[in-house]
Formats: sequence, C-alpha cells, structure tokens
Amino acid sequence: MKKEGEIRISSGCAISGIFCRDGRRIPGEAIRKSIAVMHSRSNGLGGGFAAYGIYPQYRDFFALHIFYDSQSSREETERFLDSHFDIINLSKIPTRPTPRIQDAPLIWRYFVQPLPHMLQDSQLDEDEYTSRAVIRINDSIEGSYVVSCGKDMGVFKAVGYPEDVADFYRIEEYEGYSWTAHGRYPTNTPGWWAGAHPFSLLDLTVAHNGEISSYDANRRAVEMYGYSCNLLTDTEVIAYMLDYLTRKQGLTLRECSEVIAAPFWSTISMKGEEERARLSYLRKMFSSFLVTGPFSILVGFRGGMMALNDRLKLRSLVAAEKGSTVYFSSEEAAIRIIEEDPDRIWAPRGGEAVIVTLGREAG
Amino acid sequence: MEALDIRECGLEGIRKHGDGEITVTGCLGERYIGCGMKEGVLRIKGTPGNALASYLDGGTVLVDGNAQDAAADTMNAGLLAVNGSAGDALAYGMRGGRAYVLGDAGYRAGVHMKAYGERKSILVIGGRTGSFLGEYLAGGIIIVLGLGYEGKDITGYFCGNGMYAGTIYLRTGKVPLNLSDKLVKRNVEEEEKEDILRPIITDFASVFSISARRCLEGGFIAIEADGSKSYSQLYAAV
Amino acid sequence: MMRRRYRIMKDESCISCLRCARECSFGAIEAADGKGLVFHHQECTDCQRCVSFCPVGAIYITEDGNRFRRNAVFGEDDIQQIHLQAETGGVLLSSMGAPGSSVPIYFDRILLNASQVTNPSIDPLREPMETSVFLGQRPERILRGSEGRLVDNLPPHLELSTPIMFSAMSYGAISLNVHKALAAAAEELGTYWNTGEGGLHESLYPYKGNTIVQVASGRFGVHGTYLNTAAAIEVKIGQGAKPGIGGHLTGAKIIGDVSKTRMVPEGLDAISPAPHHDIYSIEDLAQLVMSIKEATDYSKPVMVKAAAVHNIAPIASGIARSGADIISIDGYRGGTGAAPLRIRDNVGIPIELAIASVDQRLREERIRDRVSIIASGGIRNSADAVKAIALGADAVSIGTAALCALGCHICASCHTGRCAWGIATQDPDLTRRLDPGKGAARLVNLVNAWTREIKEIMGGMGINSIEALRGNRMALRGVGLNEKELGILGIGYAGE
Repeated sequence: MKKEGEIRISSGCAISGIFCRDGRRIPGEAIRKSIAVMHSRSNGLGGGFAAYGIYPQYRDFFALHIFYDSQSSREETERFLDSHFDIINLSKIPTRPTPRIQDAPLIWRYFVQPLPHMLQDSQLDEDEYTSRAVIRINDSIEGSYVVSCGKDMGVFKAVGYPEDVADFYRIEEYEGYSWTAHGRYPTNTPGWWAGAHPFSLLDLTVAHNGEISSYDANRRAVEMYGYSCNLLTDTEVIAYMLDYLTRKQGLTLRECSEVIAAPFWSTISMKGEEERARLSYLRKMFSSFLVTGPFSILVGFRGGMMALNDRLKLRSLVAAEKGSTVYFSSEEAAIRIIEEDPDRIWAPRGGEAVIVTLGREAG
Repeated sequence: MEALDIRECGLEGIRKHGDGEITVTGCLGERYIGCGMKEGVLRIKGTPGNALASYLDGGTVLVDGNAQDAAADTMNAGLLAVNGSAGDALAYGMRGGRAYVLGDAGYRAGVHMKAYGERKSILVIGGRTGSFLGEYLAGGIIIVLGLGYEGKDITGYFCGNGMYAGTIYLRTGKVPLNLSDKLVKRNVEEEEKEDILRPIITDFASVFSISARRCLEGGFIAIEADGSKSYSQLYAAV
Repeated sequence: MMRRRYRIMKDESCISCLRCARECSFGAIEAADGKGLVFHHQECTDCQRCVSFCPVGAIYITEDGNRFRRNAVFGEDDIQQIHLQAETGGVLLSSMGAPGSSVPIYFDRILLNASQVTNPSIDPLREPMETSVFLGQRPERILRGSEGRLVDNLPPHLELSTPIMFSAMSYGAISLNVHKALAAAAEELGTYWNTGEGGLHESLYPYKGNTIVQVASGRFGVHGTYLNTAAAIEVKIGQGAKPGIGGHLTGAKIIGDVSKTRMVPEGLDAISPAPHHDIYSIEDLAQLVMSIKEATDYSKPVMVKAAAVHNIAPIASGIARSGADIISIDGYRGGTGAAPLRIRDNVGIPIELAIASVDQRLREERIRDRVSIIASGGIRNSADAVKAIALGADAVSIGTAALCALGCHICASCHTGRCAWGIATQDPDLTRRLDPGKGAARLVNLVNAWTREIKEIMGGMGINSIEALRGNRMALRGVGLNEKELGILGIGYAGE
C-alpha cells in the first residue's frame, strides 16, 4: 500500500484560532479547549497547533522543530545543520506519555542562525537561506522532516485527536500571542505525523479545512519556483504559494487572498474601474495560483493571522471579537466555549480575508 | 417545565421526553439535536451544533442563540425558530414546515427547498443572507426581511441560481446582485402581500414577539424562474 | 486505370430527380441525356454530398467489393500507391490530417476524474463556472507605483470567453465564405479565428478584434494594414500535417480576390518556402517577433506556431525566450489543404505527447507562467480539449472540426479544389453552396455545445475556473499505456 506522502490523500477537518492584538501571551490551554469541542470533525489521524511568541528568549533565532524516524537520520541532519548553521541550543521537545498518541518519531528542537560566512557566500537573505536548507532536509534526508522553522514560533503536531496532541506536547506550558489549531479527518489509515497540520515554512503556518480541486495545477505552478511538494497535501501547496506570493513577489496577504480566492469575473465586472483593473491584473498575472474547491484556512504569520474561505464558501468559518482578542473557528461553539460573550460574532464571506495584526483592528 | 443539561442527558435523554416541553441547557456544538423529532417542544440554551432539527418531522425546536451549519436539513414538518443567526446550508432540501431565523443566515440558505401536495416549505430570515440563497429552489417560499439592513443588499451573489419553482420574496426594492438571466424579478402587488406574505410574516413576528407591522413595512420583490428558459434546450440526444 | 475505391449505389426509391448529379462536383454522377443517372465510381471521393441532398434517401456509397489479394505486408493502399507512382513518377499528394490507425490517439487512452464525497462537484448550469482564458506573456515580477499601488505591467493579452479558437486556414486553400463564417462566429463567441497565410480579404476588416493574422514564409498579403487589422499576429514556422514542408497554391487557384488578397498576380503559383529564409536560427526568430512588435507598436501579442516534432520541448523553450507571447503547437494529426502524403503520415508527433513534454519542460525552466500555449492537431470534441488543457495547454484550436461543422465529411480531397461542400475550393459555383451566415451559426452552436460540455466536465471535478484545470494532471489517468508513455504524459495509471 502506498503511504501518505507517496500518494495524495483527501481530508476534511476542523480549525480554530486565537489572536491577541495587544500582544498578550496566553497559554495553550484555551486553544486546546476550543479545538476539542469539534472532536467529531476529526478522526484521530492528525492534530496540531501553531503558536507565535512562544520563544521570546530566542526570538532572533530560527526555531527548528524536527521529526526523525531514527537516530541515524538525526545524526545526518545534525551534520547538515552543523555545516550550515550556528546551533545556539538543541533539545528534545518535552512530551508527556499520552495513551492515544503512539508511534512518535524522535522530536527535536534547535535554535539556529545561518553561519555568517555561508550566508554571505550564498548571496541570499537569511530567510531564503534557511528555507532552502529546510527544503533540502525534507527532500533529501531520509526519515527527517522539519515541522517548522520560523522565529519565535513553532508547530506541534502528531497523529491523534488534537486535544490528545495538546496533552502530548504539554501545550499548556507554552504562552503565545497567536494560536492556531487543527483537527484532521483524512481518508486513509494509518495517519502520518508529517501529514498533520499546521504546515509551515519560515514564519508562515497554514491550517486548512477542505480539499482543493486545483491541487495539481497549483502544485506544478509552485514547484516551478523551487519548492518541492513532498507531502502531497493541499496545505503544503497553499503554504508554499503564500510564501512565494508574499516573500518572493511582494504581495500583501490581502492581495494573496485576491489571487488564491479570486473573485469571479462576473463579480469583478461589477466593481469600480480602478478596483476592476487591480483585481483583473492579479487574476491574469497569477492565474496558476487560483485555488478552487472547498477550503477554509487560518494563516499564521509573524505578528498576524489571516482567515480565508474559498470564493464559494464551501467550508464553514466563524469569526468573533472580544476586546483585543480575535477568534476564528469552523464552528461557533468552539469560540463560545472559550469566550461565552463575544462583542461581535460573524461569518466572513467567501473569498473575503479577515486579517488581524498586532495593534490593529480586525478588518 | 423540565430542564435537562445536554452534557448530562445527551441526545438520548432529549429523545426520551416524548410530546412534552423541555428546556435543554448547556449546549455547545452538540450535533443532531431534534433530529427527526416528531412531536413536543425543545427550548435550546447555548449554541447547538450542526444538523440541528434535521429531518424534523413535527414538533417545535426553539433556539435562544445562534444555530450552526445545516440546521433544518431535509426538514419535513414542524417549526424551527432561531432567535439569533444560522450558519451555512440552512434548510437544505426542506420539504415542509416552517424554519424561522430572526437574525442572518449564512451561505446557501434554502437550497433545493421543495413543495409537494399539501406540504410546502417556508423559510423566513429576519436579517440578511449570504450568497446562493435558494439555489435550485424547487418549491416553497423563502422570505428575507432585511430587518436592520434597510437600503442595503440583503442577499449575496448568485441569489436563486438554477431555481425552477417556488418563490423568493425580498423586503427590498433592490434587485439582488448579479441575478441570473434565467430568473425574473417582479414587484409584489398589495393583494399578494396580503394573501401570502401577511399570514406568514405575522406568524414569524409572533414567534419572536416582534412587531409584524415593521416586518411588513415597505415593498417586496419576488424572484421566480423564467419558465421560457428551460435547461432542456441545452441538450441534443445522440 | 484508376482503381475504384467506392461504389455509388441507389435503391428503388430513387425518383430520378437528378439532384445527386447536380451536387456531385467530382464528376462521379452524371445525368446522361435520356438515360437517367450514370455513375463513374472511380471518381467518387465518398464526400457524402449526394447522400446528404438526396430527397428520398435513395443513394448511398459503399466500399467497392473488389479486393486485391490479401497480404499482411503490402496492403491494398500500398500496392495502389506503387501503381500510381509507377505510372506517374509523382510525389503522392493528400489533404486533411493523417488518417492512419497505427499511431495511438492518446486522448482515447486518457480518462478524466470526478469528485466524490471529499470535495463537491458543481452543477455548471446553475453555479458559476468560468471558462475565460487570457493568452499572453506575464512578467516575472509585479510592479508597484506610488503609494505601493499595483501597476499593470502585463503586455497585451488575448481574452477568450472559451478555451477554443479556430485554427489557421488560408484564403485560397478555403473559400472566402468559410473565412466569413469563421470570422463572424469568432466575434459572436468571443474567441479568435486565424487567417492562415493567404492574407485577409478587405471585407473581413470589421472583424479585426477577433482576427489573428498569420505571417508565413510566403509573406502573402502581409503589409502594415494587415498586421494592424488584427488582435494578434502569428508567425507560422510549421504545421502538424507537414512539418518542414512549405506550401504550393497552384496558379489555377490564384484568381480574382485570391490574387488580390495574396498580392500574387493571377495565374502565378503562390509558393511558401519550406523555412522562413530570414529565420535560420532561434535568434533570427527573435528578430522577426520583435520586428512585428515594432511594426504594431507593441500593442498586440505575437504568436509563434510550430509543428510538434521530436525536439518540440526545447524548441518551445526557445520560442518562449524569443519574445513571443503565445506558442501554438500543431500535432501530428493536424489537417492541411494539401501535403505530400508521406510527410503527412510519417512526420511529427501526437499533440498529447507534445503538449505534455512542452509544458513540463517550460516548468523545469521556470518559464511556463511567462507564455501561453495553444494545442491543435486532431482535437475532435470537448473531452479532447479538456485533456489537452489538463496536460498543460492554455487553450485549443480547431480546424478540421470547424470545417466539419460547415459540412465537411473529411473525404480528404481538398487538394483537388473540387470540394462539393464549397469549403476547399474557389469555384464560384461551389463556394456559393456555403452560406456564411448559416455557417457561422453552426460554428457558434458547435463551440457553445463544447463549452457547455467542458463546464460539465469541470463541474464534475469540482473545478469552477478553467485556469485550475490547466496542467492539472492529477485529473487524468491512463489506460492501455506503458510506463514510458505515462511518464511523458505525466499521469498515473487508472486505479493508481
């Protein structure tokens, strides 16, 4: 049987997110509670969390979370890391025995910075240098998989229900200003640790609910630009597309949302002249990046979060605000359990991104 | 009146109550509440989960707050009344009974609602709706009142796309955005308003204890399928 | 003596109205004085004109019953062709596309996907379904102006409401009425037709917005007005039916408006040289592309059309870097008004393999998003179009199918100039058989029907915009193909 990673597997899901615009760091307990409400949207084959602001003491270093199948893959990866990065600190990521989380790989964390002379020789900026190194590890070191590699952030994921994954990683011991969570319902067994969400590259994380019908068109487009989609998951493709559009093309996240969930031509034609020209330009320029089929995604990035639905809104998504805290979830109940009385609760429209950043109102 | 906490009694406990009236408290995302219920009255506190009152076959389900996705799915008879808003795919394939939502509805409300013989599905939304309202409508009546949204669009894009029977009534003078050319829009005359809309809207208003007069204020438009534009002409048999 | 290939038959219901004799343009049916109908079977091309017009359905054409002695190596066609060449010493001439059955039609060995459960299918009649395609270059980077506003730095694009356009067919090879029908249909459909290399008749200037004018090696009728009376200009390097071969329109066909439009004196042969003699290398192509852009003030996309040959992938890459905006690739089964039979049947590769390898190559070189690709050469129906797009084309172009819409039954006798359907002929008695208005309406019907079918297919896959289908090879699976073929097509096997 082909395992996930060798073949593309569909999945449905639950997502949840909490963002503190005032930069307040909150423990992981709240997000665990929220995602647990939607237990029946997952099937125990994948759960995960992305958290921002959790490593303030190491905020200037890339935090690598890595899964290893074996000691030998760890040794090989560490040799590679040693020759490319200055390793400031390394340790196993603390976990607690959790009966429902089985077959864990070796899970390690490294705080690193590119070796100055290597970085200089590469003529790349440190983000590009690090992302290439990560793609290389994932691509070419057998049994080694980088789960996340941004600064002052990390992804914690596993095969299991998200609440069990939270317990396994002792998620309540971390404090972050931004949290996303994902519960997965893939159509295969066994689940696959690397296939769980969120998926990330550098500071960007994506938790995704749905299955996109444009997958291979998007995959083949993004692979043109040096990405290698070795997980064969929608989420990975979306994350790479966003990385390409933001970091390499310089689009804003709002513009990215207008590319991947572009309005219909019939909708564009109803806009004013300037807006029509702008939206047409984005659609024509990045036509390979249009995503069709159902999706709702939570995109975490340094200092912000974006929630976005496909343009037909084929997956559910609810947003809420209470004071300076913003909540997103696949179901209202998952917000109500942590904030019984929000100031405002609403369903964002299909294709209309809600982007929140530190110190700004939701918009 | 009996009160049950769903966290203790579960769906099983609710099902057992028969034709009485009970209050269900502590709801937080529990799915299938009132699913297939034939009689009795449920008063729901909290946020019930998806597929609330699906296949409802009589009886009454009253929700204090908001409903999530797929409420009143394939509902057959009875009354679902949501005091707040509803999520996506409200009243999908509804065949009969009344589904009332005081607030807004999400995307795809009333898709493929039907009417057959004595049964006629009625969906009334007090606020506004997302896109694809009444898509594939095959019968029955959808009314959107747009309370609090006067002068604004009260439906999203693609309203009534592909509908082939039934009527969508909107309390507005504005034609919905990008209305399909296979649909016709007409202004509702006084007589039709009195005969068809007044009884339904009066009932709606009394369920939520609000003013029927306000709900009936101003003109309504009706959206229906253009009978002359059938899809069958698009096919050629080999 | 000429071999009889077909036999013209009639049954007792014949009313001797002689309509068949009037319709036959090949001299196969004669109304002899007092003797009723006389059949000259050896002249029949099986064009089906007589059958289509017989008011009582009395006439029909069958294969002639006489057979050469069966031989598994030398077939009847082989022997017949040897006899003909022994008699004449001539190069065998043919038309339309390669009819052979020994080269696989890959479209028929590719199956499409549909959504079930994990992803909703879409009803295209009732939900939004987009088939608009924009063809042209895309810059590598976005541009921002003052206050960070996006600046439109896209070069000119063609906008198609459906990913189907009409292939290049020249005035001279086909009649003016066919051009009129194609032009009017393209305008109504929101797509494009292509003049081919024989110039643009003045009466068609109003269709400028939907016209692609061609610049081929013969440069017939190419002048400033011609280049500017178009939405785009196509440089024709080659065509699928006869890669590496030029063209030859005999002086007999250079009469009247054909002469005027081609700017070739009446009665003089119109020769298209095999290559463009100003293009002996790739940098020369760039020079021609850029000179056309200069002549048209950089206001129109420039297309380059090449035949699908063995190294089409690097050729396409070269074209993409030549400044061309759109690459048009014409496959092995593409049609022609006249071509040497051996060339037509033996040179080039099927469009399916060509598109797959070009698309993949351009992606490996990271320039696929920079240019657009049009596939042509044997697109028979909407499913072929969908498969071509999923393999990597932006749009497809149809020639033979468009002519069939106008009555053609593919008797492959275009080179005789006696087309009974009034398509591939300049004989005024024959060309008037095709009413341009009715022809346009049939073309519009055809393309609309295909477009609806494309929407149905996309809807089944849960795709609601054509760009999400482009290069989406996971939508395809092969049957009856070997590993190598699957590898080149970049698709999995059915069940995989």
